[in-house]
Amino acid sequence: MANGQGKSRKTVITGVGTVTGFGVGLGKLWDGLCSGQSCVRPIKRFDASGFPSRLAGEVEDFSAKDFVPKHYRKPVKVMARDIELAVAAAKEAVEDAGLATLGTLPEDSPEPTTYPRDRMGCHIGAGLIAAEADELTAALVKAAPGGTFDLKAWGTGGMENLTPLWMLKYLPNMVACHVTIIHGAAGPSNTITCAEASGLLSIGESMRVIERGDADLCFSGGAESKVNLMGLLRMDFAGRLAPTGQAVSGAEVVRPFDPQSTGGALGEGAGIVIIEAEETARRRNAPLYAEISGVGAAHSPRRTDENAADEGFQYAVLNAMDDAGCTPADIDAVFVQGSGVRAMDMGEAHALRAVFGRELERIPIATLGPAVGNCMAGIGGVQAAVAAKAVREQRLPARLNTGTPLAGLNAGAAPSQPATLRRVLVASSSLGGQNAAMVLSRIA
Amino acid sequence: MTSSAPRVVITGMGCVTPLGHSVENVWAALLAGKNGVGRISRFDAATFKTNFAAEVKDFRLADFLPDASAHADAGLNAQFALGAAAQAFRQSGLDRAKLNKRRFGLYLGSGEGTLDFPNYVATHVAAWNETERKVDARAWAEKAYATMVPARETEQEANMTLSHVAWEFGCCGPASNCLTACAASTQAIGEAFEILRRGDADVMFAGGAHTMVHPLGVTGFIRLTALSARSDDPTTAARPFDQTRDGFVMGEGAGMLVLETLEHARARGANILAELTGYGSSADAFRITDMHPEGKGPLAAMTEAVRQAGIDPRATDASGRPLVHYIAAHGTGTKENDRIETSAVKQLFGPLAHQIPMSSIKSMMGHLIAAAGVSSLISCIQAIRTGFIPPTINYRTPDATLDLDYVPNTARDLRPKGGVHTCLCNSYGFGGQNDCVIVRAFNG
Repeated sequence: MANGQGKSRKTVITGVGTVTGFGVGLGKLWDGLCSGQSCVRPIKRFDASGFPSRLAGEVEDFSAKDFVPKHYRKPVKVMARDIELAVAAAKEAVEDAGLATLGTLPEDSPEPTTYPRDRMGCHIGAGLIAAEADELTAALVKAAPGGTFDLKAWGTGGMENLTPLWMLKYLPNMVACHVTIIHGAAGPSNTITCAEASGLLSIGESMRVIERGDADLCFSGGAESKVNLMGLLRMDFAGRLAPTGQAVSGAEVVRPFDPQSTGGALGEGAGIVIIEAEETARRRNAPLYAEISGVGAAHSPRRTDENAADEGFQYAVLNAMDDAGCTPADIDAVFVQGSGVRAMDMGEAHALRAVFGRELERIPIATLGPAVGNCMAGIGGVQAAVAAKAVREQRLPARLNTGTPLAGLNAGAAPSQPATLRRVLVASSSLGGQNAAMVLSRIA
Repeated sequence: MTSSAPRVVITGMGCVTPLGHSVENVWAALLAGKNGVGRISRFDAATFKTNFAAEVKDFRLADFLPDASAHADAGLNAQFALGAAAQAFRQSGLDRAKLNKRRFGLYLGSGEGTLDFPNYVATHVAAWNETERKVDARAWAEKAYATMVPARETEQEANMTLSHVAWEFGCCGPASNCLTACAASTQAIGEAFEILRRGDADVMFAGGAHTMVHPLGVTGFIRLTALSARSDDPTTAARPFDQTRDGFVMGEGAGMLVLETLEHARARGANILAELTGYGSSADAFRITDMHPEGKGPLAAMTEAVRQAGIDPRATDASGRPLVHYIAAHGTGTKENDRIETSAVKQLFGPLAHQIPMSSIKSMMGHLIAAAGVSSLISCIQAIRTGFIPPTINYRTPDATLDLDYVPNTARDLRPKGGVHTCLCNSYGFGGQNDCVIVRAFNG
């Protein structure tokens, strides 16, 4: 079935919603990226002075209540931030696609939804969601007389201080769950938890679900926020973050594909794309961003040499290109995270060299890391959204990079510019070894 | 999916459960109606409203791998999964040297890792500012960096079980981990099945691993009032379908299958254990806490699964027997689940539902959360291989509204009826994900 010609059902992207440090909506993200800005700045949400890495692409002035239907305001109380970001991005995407869903129509509206419930699926990647520290600790200290926590006291008089639905805030599948309830999407639904690869793996699964006829439309992408104490600690422990030093912007510390890079920056965000079967999308005259011509996934062996090609990333890219039936000469741009994490960037760079050979010098590599930070499970959806917009606009966003990328890589600083983008590759690796890739094509 | 799609067979199984660490031992325990529930030993739960669980006992990864040292940092989920995968791989007879690693993938439904509870709690409590009723972030960071263990934190991301299994067995094919709560491993098996049917791999590991037997895991479920509170009588606490049921009993562990295209299995002369023939997935899209009262979601998943398997749920064979011989129920033992599952099964099979035995192994091994589905599916495969089906133990007081054949208390020998050819396995997750797979005897 490999080799795009044989596809029984084509899939297209018809709507895009993002929530990033640039704000809610793809427009703000796109404008920020095209004008060469970074939303990665000193963390405001909490006092990060005790951490070596103190920058983040934070979503500011954001209240999820503004992005849910009136009748759904109460459940916002049981949404972790990751869920809030996804719910807002999904709303943006649905509106962008011009869809009527349970979430866009007034309650009890006689107007029909664009698609029936069971033809809409949902695949939103998520990560390990940290409990809100203040809420949990307020309960924990009830079981810590004299400052020492005691499990016996927790059992008798501690845990009851947590709201009954406490755990439901933090289950990763609650991200997709809220979106399916709000919009009435009762088709296949999944929550992929593969760190930075989650978003693109989810989009790949949505595409397959539509291709095999199990749905006509999917909400797809990912959402995550590590802008909290445990999140920042774990990201640092994993080697994902550069020490901040005196820097005040992501543009200063995140240097994609620079062999001397010292790490990345924290981000938070959600990227949700609406994927539809081309036939049903065309029937309703939907806006068309791009066709998803192929997807691929693969796992990497345990990495021992960060300067060697990431084998799994290479295979994922090859699988996606094979699925799309295209060769290196067909690809006009590559959209990756550009995390600044050396092991990831070098692994990806050498893998791209292996796939594209001499073609690589020609191909601009669009990166997001310096501009929005590492949104983990959210980044793949954001990459897909930006790539879809670029294909639709035939324009590349600006590229921030204060470093020197590996020789032969078209990834240095550059302004936004018009570009002929017939086919673009979008790809993600992860520190755990999961990889996903996708080929988007311009709609003729 | 067209009829020309590859057929998918199971050639290996493995499990690590509260009833044992091999399929043979667990199966013997299930047929004997043994119970794996006891007081929680892993932490002091003496004062918890629920102080019991079904724990995995005496598990040592070194018993399963030639060299377990590469997984020294692995959390319990990953260790359980590796143990199960090693058994499955051995049974499959696959030869690493002959496998095309790019066509050897994996799809797991594995949980998030276990908190480093003592250090986590001590850090939060030490940083609490009672006057401001919030955590002092700077104090938190100081304590965290002084006490928390990097590997222990990074291993908690929900992709790490997948990483360890892929690294150990050299899988470079398509790879994902999903975490749709209690439906996760069934969904993983279903999606692995789809990947093989599409021709994107030859061999897949599919299954899952999970433990939530830790203080905040148990706390979360106690607060949701989802757990049985029979702390005075733990061994009879898990009472699926019984009128006196009061919640589920937490279990833990892992299950793993080797799935393979029939063509690949035949070419290497593999011993085929059973064939996967149907998969259905749906979302309730109803409420975050409750299942849809009419069981629409579970019904949709089952309907799709039997359709794919070519089973008419209202038909019988020449002897008058329904075409599905056994249902491995989700059967958690909560009021709501058992009522709704029963209702959905009756809606699908009509009057024939009363002739199909349906039991819940959770009555014996507890609820393995993300790993529950694969454990049930393994019991289905064993039923097909042996002709016996496992009971629902602790069934004493029939519930007037639940009138199916729940195989009360004693395993049943179905060989006189012609054995077991086709089984249906259900899994439902908090948040509304429903998954169903169909497995049948391999008939050549």
